[in-house]
Amino acid sequence: MTTPSPLPSAAPAARGGPAAGAPAGGAAGTAELFALRDVTVTFGGLTALDGVGLSVAPGQVLGVIGPNGAGKTTLFNVACGLVRPDGGALAWQGREVRRLRPHDLAGMGIGRTLQGLGLFDRMTVLDNVVVGADRHARAGFLSGLLALPRSSREERALRERAMAVLDELGVAAHAHRYPPSLPYAVRKQVALARALVAEPELLLLDEPASGLSDEEMAALGDRIRALSDRMAVMLVEHHMDLVMSVCDQVVVLDFGRVIARGTPAEVRDEPAVLAAYLGAED
Amino acid sequence: MQQLLTTTLTGLVLGAVYAAFALALVMIWRSTRVVNFAQAPMAMLTTYIALVIIEAGHSFWLGFVAALLAGLVLGAVVERVLVRPVEGKGDLNAVILTLGLFIVLHSVAALVFGSRYRSFPAPFGVRGIEVGGTTVALTGFGIFTILAVVVVMGLLVLLFRFTDVGLRMRASAHSPEVARLLGVRVGRMLTLGWALAAVVGSLAGLLIAGGGLVHPGYMDAVVVYGFVAAVLGGLDSPGGAVAGGVLLGLCLSFVSGYLGSELVAMAALLILVAVLLVKPSGLFATTAHRRV
Repeated sequence: MTTPSPLPSAAPAARGGPAAGAPAGGAAGTAELFALRDVTVTFGGLTALDGVGLSVAPGQVLGVIGPNGAGKTTLFNVACGLVRPDGGALAWQGREVRRLRPHDLAGMGIGRTLQGLGLFDRMTVLDNVVVGADRHARAGFLSGLLALPRSSREERALRERAMAVLDELGVAAHAHRYPPSLPYAVRKQVALARALVAEPELLLLDEPASGLSDEEMAALGDRIRALSDRMAVMLVEHHMDLVMSVCDQVVVLDFGRVIARGTPAEVRDEPAVLAAYLGAED
Repeated sequence: MQQLLTTTLTGLVLGAVYAAFALALVMIWRSTRVVNFAQAPMAMLTTYIALVIIEAGHSFWLGFVAALLAGLVLGAVVERVLVRPVEGKGDLNAVILTLGLFIVLHSVAALVFGSRYRSFPAPFGVRGIEVGGTTVALTGFGIFTILAVVVVMGLLVLLFRFTDVGLRMRASAHSPEVARLLGVRVGRMLTLGWALAAVVGSLAGLLIAGGGLVHPGYMDAVVVYGFVAAVLGGLDSPGGAVAGGVLLGLCLSFVSGYLGSELVAMAALLILVAVLLVKPSGLFATTAHRRV
């Protein structure tokens, strides 16, 4: 399987590099941006993740696939700090981050979109996106409250940045509308804009293709490839065509365990994957 | 005619205070889903702080500002120290906690300031203004009350609509989990929300007290009226709380003026029951689909 779009020089180790998708054991992965090692999560008696390890390099697109209930969403929740694992380690650029909270991880550069989008319904599209730019808000809390000139300047800059991202995603015309009044595809773009405006170094996309037409999905594939020039992407997705065409590496989960990993072509031919998907694939 | 005017003006002034108090309740309800019954004694306490400063010979305005600042601090401390630990541990826990705080603050005030009635000064005349030879039931302090409430509401609108901090506060109130994922320090926003609400509550306390008498329980009725006003407005809507406050002020003023002042509390509770029976989402609810 060949991937068409060229990667930037900044991430030569990304594609098929030794660290990619492998349970990085040592300091060998110089290009490692984010890694989970031996992560275990249990909810009551249910083991949602069982010794899961994976790593993402800068500029890499890592797909996470598996049947329903395999633990994909739990994996994302661990990665962004919503769920604290019972065991194992999380490393961000070599630093242990297991104990950090979601806003800390977001501040460090982990962005995420949600399956349910999670837009703020009573705020305009633009305001939604401005909140996403929080990590770039430098002016203090008090000066913001008192609307000091420094923070007014900053607020204007945040607004401009938010508009630029909405424009890039082709939904700038809806900036002053409220999310409930917009079509699903537009809201999806808004949710993506809200994640992108923070300029994350790692973007977690949770089922970005659900509810999109074939055309929109093709555009989404192109967009994800383009984003990988600027950031690493982790992708949970059911649409295999999309996963196979945009991912550098794929990790397959089943019952909370990693049952296969490798390039899309390698994973596709793996017997364990076929077995897990038998009957589960639509 | 004269009585109609008097009743209306009195109602508007009262309504402004109820609106402020209802707004304070709504701000906290929106962000933390707690009805803060302790809002009344918190405002009482800060009003006493103003009184102590004024009685020590300082200006009214120094006391006024000190009370608002004390409200800011008190609100933040209550949220951070008392409410935060019970957060997410069942809706009732926090409400019981605010009721407990209600009693504790009462006792503290009685111990520290005494439980007798003390008169609270007003910076403007508390006599009716004369218009064309007749005295109107609008006092200088009444005008100040309405202006102060309008100004504070205007500032809050500016904060929530047009500042980055305000956006983050709204995002935190709307869905804290999503806000956290976007890097918002939701805990701080909640603390700030309680602090600002307590300032608004303190303002209401000062405005009720001005030119009248204070004692540890002088705000207790106001928390009931404020709550009724907030429910009138839908509990979730700041604009509704303000409208509900003014409406309730007018209603109660008319009840007091035409039927008898002893019926005011009962009228407020009747309105509360009627609204909850007929239109539980509030008179001004624009969105029918509230959380179920």
